[in-house]
Amino acid sequence: VESMFTSRRNFLGLLAAGGAAAGLAACGGNSGPKSSSGGAAGGSSGSASYWYLTGAPGEGIRTDTVKRFNAANPNTQIKATTFQNDAYKTKIKTAIGAGQAPTIIWGWGGGGLKTFADAGQVEDLTSWFAQNPAVKNRLFQSSFDAATINGKIYAMPAETVQPIVLYYNKKLFDKVGAQPPQTWGDLMALVPKFNSAGIAPFSLGGQSRWTNMMWLEFLFDRIGGGQVFQAVFNGEKNSWSNPDAIKALTEMQNLIKANGFIKGFSSITADSNADQALLYTGKAAMMLHGSWVYGSIGTLAADFVKGGNLGYMSFPPVDGGKGDPTDTVGNPGQYLSISSKATAEQKDIAKKFFTTAVLSDAESKEWIDTGSVPIVKGTDSVLASSKDAEWLKFVYGVSSGAKQFAQSWDQALSPTAAETLLDNIAKLFQMSVSPQQFATNMNQVIGK
Amino acid sequence: VSTTAAPAVMRGDTRARGSSAGRSGPVAWMALPALGFFIAFGLVPLLGVFGLSFAQWDGIGAIHPAGFSSWRAVLKDPGLPHSLWVTFLVMFLSWAVQTPASILIGVFLAGRQRYREILAVLYFIPLLLSSAAIAITYKALLDPNFGLGAGLHIGLLTQDWLGKEKLALGVVIFVVSWQFIPFHSLIYQGGVRQIPTSMYEAAEIDGAGRVRQFFSITLPQLKNTIITSSTLMTVGSLTFFDLIFVLTGGGPGDATRVLALDMYKLGFQANLMGPASAIATILVLVGLVLALLLRRLGGGAAAGSQLEGA
Repeated sequence: VESMFTSRRNFLGLLAAGGAAAGLAACGGNSGPKSSSGGAAGGSSGSASYWYLTGAPGEGIRTDTVKRFNAANPNTQIKATTFQNDAYKTKIKTAIGAGQAPTIIWGWGGGGLKTFADAGQVEDLTSWFAQNPAVKNRLFQSSFDAATINGKIYAMPAETVQPIVLYYNKKLFDKVGAQPPQTWGDLMALVPKFNSAGIAPFSLGGQSRWTNMMWLEFLFDRIGGGQVFQAVFNGEKNSWSNPDAIKALTEMQNLIKANGFIKGFSSITADSNADQALLYTGKAAMMLHGSWVYGSIGTLAADFVKGGNLGYMSFPPVDGGKGDPTDTVGNPGQYLSISSKATAEQKDIAKKFFTTAVLSDAESKEWIDTGSVPIVKGTDSVLASSKDAEWLKFVYGVSSGAKQFAQSWDQALSPTAAETLLDNIAKLFQMSVSPQQFATNMNQVIGK
Repeated sequence: VSTTAAPAVMRGDTRARGSSAGRSGPVAWMALPALGFFIAFGLVPLLGVFGLSFAQWDGIGAIHPAGFSSWRAVLKDPGLPHSLWVTFLVMFLSWAVQTPASILIGVFLAGRQRYREILAVLYFIPLLLSSAAIAITYKALLDPNFGLGAGLHIGLLTQDWLGKEKLALGVVIFVVSWQFIPFHSLIYQGGVRQIPTSMYEAAEIDGAGRVRQFFSITLPQLKNTIITSSTLMTVGSLTFFDLIFVLTGGGPGDATRVLALDMYKLGFQANLMGPASAIATILVLVGLVLALLLRRLGGGAAAGSQLEGA
């Protein structure tokens, strides 16, 4: 990219701006992956293709699962290709648009899956699951919501459940003599207490935007119950203007105004793990984040976790709120779809992979060893014997005991609405829009 | 790719016009490969984008004709004037910072002293780094909790650099200038070295001092260089994307969301290829108008009258 950019500046190009436009068209048009297309488009029998994400520990576990499947089925092979997260999100879209999708499409379910399903690019698995109840019944039933679109199942839930939890630094709580918040009122009362001790109450990687979103997800649920966002999801007119939604947005800005978040939170990104560092280096007392963070803090600050300094709990209820305090949000799982452009043989291989390899006992164990809870029922006994037993039991309890396990908003909504949402959330946290303006802006993209 | 091809064609044209008619044949033939690339990677996608701006497409499903709906959506969106404003602000401010700095450094580096040549090499370093690497580095340096200011306990440097709207814009302009001043200094260095020394000798005999010489000889003589460098800066700043995308992601809020970033977000994050294509078309038009304006400013044919006796 850089060489292109430099040469662009080196030449007196009237069409320099056109280059950007050209890039847009080239990417949108036919820049399908040429190297990996063989599996899907080539139609060579006996092999299916599978694309998934890089990054430890998931990548290794996914690769092991494919290896186990290939070793057990010498005649039906799966060819794996891996991608980095952000690159994958763009690539899979263009590949599917160009008819060059892999047989097995790794994804997040929800709104993104709906775009694929609406375009007729992914296989309807409803009848297959009906014929194979054993495959369906061994998984958490809550994980199927994000795979279901208009009553039809378009993906196989896989991997692990990742609820959002409230982490806290026990050392800092001891230092100021405070107790973890039991209600939203407690939480607001802790803010001046930590601030006067020179400790930021909450860490936040605000530049990443979805980090701010997690706060709203919980406030909406605790104040108005799951139906507030459900109405938005269902496309009901003006549903962002619900009085409970306005109240949640107002509470959010109250916390920001009270200096609840670390100074400069809008410059901090979550991908650099700087927000986690603030928590374990003692600069911030609490942090709302995904369950995946437990593993990364364990790697970045092993002594901190081993010393029992990392506390975790569910988001507290809001006084007088309508939401069930067991409700949680996060990723109910990962999702594997089958391309409808694949050959019948490739589809069969994929289904065999789903039945025999995905979340097999061996794979489940690998996930547990990395501090995650696979979406398989009845793993509690295995969890109890693992090194992170207490944490895993907590995550298992939160996930299986949740009255409602909502999917992250940006995954649940369509990409179009999600982008507007993240944009407005950033502005809400900047205090540059009021709760009412936020609702007005968001009402315009309902159902889009 | 398209942009590397474009000037090649233009250069071929001028050479053909400038040389005798008999030699224009083979020269025109040599321009063919470049022309082919230009059409394939410049014009065709451009027409495609223009066509797409009248369609509705999410990048995955079928393309539906949608008339002017994308254009209406884009032109009605309050985000467009904002992005245009931010784009022009970045363009103007980075021009206003880079031009004087580049001229001064360029003039300084034009001297033949050995230490200046060593400094020239050092000045050149930012140009060797990729924009993404620069952005990541600055992001780390400016981090309010773990950055340079916090590490050295300097209060002045411990600002919410990328979290406050005006500061973030300032940081973007600073980093852009830091990255591209070396390149423009190089252009000015070349320009200054082309000025005949006889002019300075004459000025010295007339008793003109250093400053007077700079304003009366160097600066007027650099007129064409200034136009070239300004064109590169302004048109180039229209396509600033990588640096801003990594550094601020357009934030905080939409404080640094330039037009190119707006186009990317609409097209590839919100899956709205129609409106994104409309913005791309606007970008092309703005770029064309700007480049033409700057050429008009340069006075085209008067370019030859710059040397002795001007």
